Amino acid sequence: MKGSLIIVGFFVLGIVCGLYHWLPDVVMQSDISFYVLCALMFFVGMSVGSNTSALKSFKKLNPRLALLPLMTIVGTLAGCSIVALLLPHRSLADCLAVGSGFGYYSLSSIFITRYCGPELGMVALLANIVREVFTLLGAPLLVRYFGPLSPISVGGATTMDTTLPIITRCSGNDFVILSIFHGFIVDFSVPFLVTFFCSL
Amino acid sequence: MLKVVAIMFCGMGAGYLLRKCRLGIVSALVMVFIWLLLFFLGLEVGANPRIISAIQELGLEALLLSLAGIAGSVTLAWALWRFASRKKSSSHEQKGGQS
Repeated sequence: MKGSLIIVGFFVLGIVCGLYHWLPDVVMQSDISFYVLCALMFFVGMSVGSNTSALKSFKKLNPRLALLPLMTIVGTLAGCSIVALLLPHRSLADCLAVGSGFGYYSLSSIFITRYCGPELGMVALLANIVREVFTLLGAPLLVRYFGPLSPISVGGATTMDTTLPIITRCSGNDFVILSIFHGFIVDFSVPFLVTFFCSL
Repeated sequence: MLKVVAIMFCGMGAGYLLRKCRLGIVSALVMVFIWLLLFFLGLEVGANPRIISAIQELGLEALLLSLAGIAGSVTLAWALWRFASRKKSSSHEQKGGQS
């Protein structure tokens, strides 16, 4: 939670600096953010590649429950395509790109800003923050009404880090490995799906 | 776009090769880069009067999209849970395994 607040803090600081033009235009027009993005992706890849213990524990998974990441992805995209019908000024691809963040607001909004412009990036940031907060606050109710898999599905790409503690508490210890597996797969799909929908 | 994904794969290879080393600094670096990029995103948003003036509308769109995504994924997760617990009523636990 504290980590999320710091991230939002940096975003707000950026807005204020942009509003009052505190930084020289050179910073805005340069390609710094692209190089930072490349560096970020390299290190994200490194943390995935070095985490072999997580990969090994996935062998113990019930094969049927291993379908959960697919359910999350298909369900989210289905929901977002219905919203695309209600928002005439947004294309289907735009709505799917925002949905493909799966709660991973930092990375998805960065990608979407880069490839679809800052307006949609802003929507993606807000939409995916809402998703994470909803998971953190709504997990107990979700478990009661929709079963122990539902908070994992809502948590999307965050279920192996930020929302793992609350999921463990509400769904039970039996679902820790599934939650990590789910977060791993969905997390991995974010850059692919977002760039794919942005390029349509 | 492909460039960025290719760079991520390079990182995965590097991470796999260095998996025996302590890589605590990697997650710290990821954090710092995310801060930096969100700051840049804020800069772009703040300097764009069109976005600032439409901020309520954008917020509403965001809320709509996230609620629809949540509803869709909850529906399918619930269906999968019904399916899994009906067919194999006792085997949904995953025991053991530290990560």
